[in-house]
Amino acid sequence: MSGEVATHSAEDTQPQRTAPIGLLITAITSLRQGVIPIAIGAYTFRDNLVGMGGVIALLLVVFGVSVGIAYLSWLRRTYTTGTEDIRVESGIISRAARSVPYERIQDVSLEQKLLPRLFGLVEVKFETGAGGADDLKLAYLTEDQGEALRRLIRARREEEAASAAQVAGEAAVPEVEDEEADTIFAMDTQRLTTFGLFEFSLAVFAVLGGLMQYADTFIGIELWDVDLWQGWIESQSGLLSSFGFVAQIAGVVAGVVALIMIGSVTGLVRTFLRDWGFVLEKTARGFRRRRGLFTKTDVVMPTHRVQALVLGTGWLRYRFGWHGLKFVSLAQDAGSSSHVVAPFAQLEEIEPIIRAAKFEPPSDDLDWRHASRKYRFDSTAIEGGIFAFVAVVLATLIGTGIIGEGFAYAAFLPLIPLSLSIFFTGANLYAWQFHRHALSGSQIFGRKGLISPATRVASRVKLHSVEIVQGPIAQRRGYATLHLGLAGGAFSIPGLPIKRARELKSAILHSIASRDFSQLS
Amino acid sequence: MDENTDAAPPVVAPAPEQTPVVEGLGDDQALTELHPNYKSALRLQAILTSIPFIVGAFVLEGQAILPTASIMIPVVLIALAFIIRLPSRRFHARGYAMSTDRLRVARGILFRHDTVVPFGRVQHIDVNQGPIDRFFGIATLTLHTAGSHNASVHLPGLGEPLARDMREEIRSHIKREAL
Repeated sequence: MSGEVATHSAEDTQPQRTAPIGLLITAITSLRQGVIPIAIGAYTFRDNLVGMGGVIALLLVVFGVSVGIAYLSWLRRTYTTGTEDIRVESGIISRAARSVPYERIQDVSLEQKLLPRLFGLVEVKFETGAGGADDLKLAYLTEDQGEALRRLIRARREEEAASAAQVAGEAAVPEVEDEEADTIFAMDTQRLTTFGLFEFSLAVFAVLGGLMQYADTFIGIELWDVDLWQGWIESQSGLLSSFGFVAQIAGVVAGVVALIMIGSVTGLVRTFLRDWGFVLEKTARGFRRRRGLFTKTDVVMPTHRVQALVLGTGWLRYRFGWHGLKFVSLAQDAGSSSHVVAPFAQLEEIEPIIRAAKFEPPSDDLDWRHASRKYRFDSTAIEGGIFAFVAVVLATLIGTGIIGEGFAYAAFLPLIPLSLSIFFTGANLYAWQFHRHALSGSQIFGRKGLISPATRVASRVKLHSVEIVQGPIAQRRGYATLHLGLAGGAFSIPGLPIKRARELKSAILHSIASRDFSQLS
Repeated sequence: MDENTDAAPPVVAPAPEQTPVVEGLGDDQALTELHPNYKSALRLQAILTSIPFIVGAFVLEGQAILPTASIMIPVVLIALAFIIRLPSRRFHARGYAMSTDRLRVARGILFRHDTVVPFGRVQHIDVNQGPIDRFFGIATLTLHTAGSHNASVHLPGLGEPLARDMREEIRSHIKREAL
């Protein structure tokens, strides 16, 4: 069509409406929704002509109104392709105007469902970094209009790409040369075995439990019937007691050993299935990870898409120096797969991976800061206080004899929440010194966790927004939570002294503002 | 009707108010107040929200289960607080500061939120008007970012021409940065 030739002419900067045939589709769709009520109505009033007429009239009115609304909203929906952005304005009573700059459009997709296809219509979707539900959609355009729009946007994108390439010309060349892939992390069978043992899991019992419940209904034996088991145990207990005390102890030990065995085997099997032949390579395009025994996966993660790193561990493996490294990638990729790049490695193995992703590993030389001491006091008081309160209430109730009559150990019941209260108070006070954060020239670090610390590392320029949030207590006590807008993940630092929060905010904002989103990738 | 004028693109509207661009980093400078009509819009919203409760209270009162006015008085008092006191407090808690390269939005009485979005991270921009907003001539400006937290930052209660101006300003900045 001549449509694409005219794309740069003035007429396109005028607001345009979507294709009028689209109305027909809306009408048909609403008719389709009406089929079931019609059928029900027709059935109910099959002997009653007046009722039948009423149903039909009602349906006609509903249909008429929905078509009318569709017409009005069609009339009020316009799109404009300007020199810098595309805008869509819509709404009959409420008005919504969306502007999407060409620079931010990652891709234009044309989608045809069956019905629009019959009429030669397409739904045009403009994908931006914001991703998902917030994207701009235009339904429906004719195929030519859609194609012309796509071409127009591609052309605008290319103009920019050309000018951007001139700037980045020198930088682009060496990247192309470096084509071979270097393996930067791999796990052999021995490593997998160690990993599997740390992945100890009793999940198999949950699965077995589920299966047994399922089997219940088929076998007809009430597996959960206490009487059945009690009867069985009683019938066997004579035999059991005849073995004597030592044998009983041996039985318990054997049971525990069996439990450990089953848990370890479960962990091993799961680990082998998932991480068999784990290889992480660094290629020109980015990171490439392959793993899996039966289901092999091959994931490529471009380096520039790595937004942040999460360095995690487990409470036991941490004592042996084992850690895991995960990438936080752009929002669009988040759903597809987890971006574990080193599930089980020593820190000195992880460090090169971090550097390959153009990040700096966290070190002790950084200026690590703690959360506010007031925050420590408040959060400890709240957590410990809740349980202490429960203990007091329970003690009062039992003391006055309202509950717990006839229960021999009632007097000891309040001790449970009381000990929990003491535990949480202690844990909070102690854990405080392990919660810390640091700011370096290009990155921000946040560390959490007492027995299994996790460190997050985000690149300052790759953040999207900064927010300081203060609850009612925090406002009076002068601390705040800092939330960083990270694509594909969350990053927040709680309990910062307000002054420090403002410092971090202005430092990070300075980094963000120094580079535009389009220069990040 | 004004249907056509509304659907037309906002051609560089002769803005009655200028976009208050403040030089500097915009982290600590004073916040700009929202459009005074926003307070009225909040109040109208509060009135509409409280109507069902007041009607409900009337109905309960009619049943005469509890002593006279024991439901009506608290409900009306709470509704009055929501209609008279809260909108103006909310209005004063809100504000924004637009500087050369970022927009700061502050809101909240109990929970203070202070958000800054650099223009270089804006993906697309919305200007929305509900029926109440249209009546009062105000609009909500929404900036969408690629971050998971704060994926969209809303700034309600701007004069409608101002909201459009701010959109142009932010959009032109995206263009400038990219080139």
